[in-house]
Amino acid sequence: MSGIPHDHYEPKTGFEKWLHERLPVVGLVYDTIMIPTPKNLNWMWIWGIVLAFCLVLQIVTGIILAMHYTPHVDLAFASVEHIMRNVNGGHMLRYLHANGASLFFIAVYLHIFRGLYYGSYKSPREVTWIIGMLIYLAMMATGFLGYVLPWGQMSFWGATVITGLFGAVPFVGEAIQTWLLGGPSVDNATLNRFFSLHYLLPFVIAGLVIVHIWAFHTTGNSNPTGVEVRRGSKKEADADTLPFWPYFVIKDFFALAVVLVVFFAVVGFMPNYLGHPDNYIEANPLVTPAHIVPEWYYLPFYAILRAFTADVWVVQIASFVTGGIVDAKFFGVIAMFAAIFVMALAPWLDTSSVRSGRYRPMFKWWFALLALDFIVLMWAGAMPAEPPFSTISLIGATYWFAYFLVILPLLGVIEKPLQTPATIEDDFNAHYPKDASDDASAAK
Amino acid sequence: MFKKLTLSALAAVALTAGAANAAGDAGHVHDVDFSFEGPFGKYDQNQLQRGLKVYTEVCSSCHGLQYVPLRTLADEGGPHLPEDQVREYSTQFEVFDAELDDFREAKPADHFPASALEEAPDLSLMAKKRAAFHGPMGTGLNQLFRGIGGPEYIAGILTGYTGEEKEEAGTTFYENTAFPGGWIAMAPPLYGEDVDFDDGHSNDLHHEAEDLAAFLMWAAEPKMMARKQVGFTAVLLLSLLSVLLFLTNKKLWAPHKGKKTNV
Repeated sequence: MSGIPHDHYEPKTGFEKWLHERLPVVGLVYDTIMIPTPKNLNWMWIWGIVLAFCLVLQIVTGIILAMHYTPHVDLAFASVEHIMRNVNGGHMLRYLHANGASLFFIAVYLHIFRGLYYGSYKSPREVTWIIGMLIYLAMMATGFLGYVLPWGQMSFWGATVITGLFGAVPFVGEAIQTWLLGGPSVDNATLNRFFSLHYLLPFVIAGLVIVHIWAFHTTGNSNPTGVEVRRGSKKEADADTLPFWPYFVIKDFFALAVVLVVFFAVVGFMPNYLGHPDNYIEANPLVTPAHIVPEWYYLPFYAILRAFTADVWVVQIASFVTGGIVDAKFFGVIAMFAAIFVMALAPWLDTSSVRSGRYRPMFKWWFALLALDFIVLMWAGAMPAEPPFSTISLIGATYWFAYFLVILPLLGVIEKPLQTPATIEDDFNAHYPKDASDDASAAK
Repeated sequence: MFKKLTLSALAAVALTAGAANAAGDAGHVHDVDFSFEGPFGKYDQNQLQRGLKVYTEVCSSCHGLQYVPLRTLADEGGPHLPEDQVREYSTQFEVFDAELDDFREAKPADHFPASALEEAPDLSLMAKKRAAFHGPMGTGLNQLFRGIGGPEYIAGILTGYTGEEKEEAGTTFYENTAFPGGWIAMAPPLYGEDVDFDDGHSNDLHHEAEDLAAFLMWAAEPKMMARKQVGFTAVLLLSLLSVLLFLTNKKLWAPHKGKKTNV
């Protein structure tokens, strides 16, 4: 794989040869974990391993939780309390699972923004990027479905609000909403199907992750310089890369261990920090919470959803042009999905010939503004939908779209990028110059 | 640059999480220095037993604890009552037995009953579903050191009555500085010296309120001490593992990095 010249697996013993002729599985594993990896990867390249860990953690804890959970409107809330009180280690399992979702999203956002800064999405890694976006969408769906299961107030009302978004689709919206819910409103049928899908989607994610890894193993990893690994000869490739095992496995495990120290401190000492207290109140269709707030990881897109109110001129134009079919609510839904869609289009919207943001003096600032914008939107999404927060959301949403649709295409034309290093080896050696004693010992 | 962005992103997540719970006009609640706050905080077994007594003699006439199994009163890291006491304690409650199709005396295997009054909320999770870190507790990392703020809310309600009353649509409301909106339908349940504690502990209003709040925190989060223990062990072992992996990584990469000039 990866087109980078490297040593392949050679079966040695009789059994290995026998197996290799029938099923080259050892070779597949060998080539996967020995992939030549650019040796200048920095610490932003560790989030992939954190994400892989999260997926395994969520599946393992989730499967055990499912053994004790009851997806029924009358029993779900009590069954979660049963897990918290009576199941051996149940309280840890549930807190690991709930906070694991947050770690998953922290890691995925850092992973995505790393890709955006270093131009990892650019040719030839567009497919990796698109699959990554699909994984992210599937994660959002899984997280949302899972949050409904404890059947607390935020579960119920969050489900009502989010499925209501589909009801905003003109003509067929109501039918779609009813079809999704399995009835006219969020009820037992909804809870059952959400449980079923919440169990299914992680395995879809696991499949997509395999394709994601396959895709970037085909193109090779990107790296902070954005300069490709030399593939002319094995000698050149060896100068630019080191095998994934052991160099990057150990490095990533170190990073993962540090991340987990923080994670376990949160789970152990303040496990409800990122949750909403209202979800400890059993769902009650007759009582609407004062503020229905989604989980923190949806907030930036929730802010975009709510930013486009009926008094915004683009919404009014859209409404006028379509004869009122596109109203403010539907426009918001389109905007929310479009915000993720434009991100998926980044490989084609970014016109710069230079891949890494490190060598793009103007891009750097616009990117920093995008990261800030994301945080501002997250904050605005948590606030009530009233001035000044609605205006802030609108400005934030506008910048989000402007970054992808206007700034990225224009920057490539007007920006004068800096000189990139000729090779990864040069970059690495500039960062870690070998001194004389090293050369002497190398010469021996 | 990315280091800075990462840090600010994490900080933002921490801050937004607090903001995400920004509620309307929360009442005013004072911070109480409970023994179970902070990473090393523990429940005070005697305080839980006193709180249980306040609950039993006062609250339980209206409010239930339907998610709490009676047997857990004997658990370590809880009130830790002797088992025969738990058995005896259980008999004061009546539970419905589906097999008998009738009510019978409760056994330790049963749960506390649900609320006797429909309008009285169940107290099992009150300490987790109220207040939390927003409002009086502020946002940020306060929760790590001050707890989630629920027990403070409960103590605040019990001590927050001003004595003012008003009647609306046939219901009497009592002014309460801790209750969101300022007027609560529950009549003042505690006045001080409502309960005599076996350990001779002070039974003025504030002590009773705090003891009850502590008990209800345990009722909401009975495994807190076990959880903190796991957290502590995990943090310790993972820190050790981090150091070992750091050294392994350093040694592994050293031949390829030469001598490093800048960090």
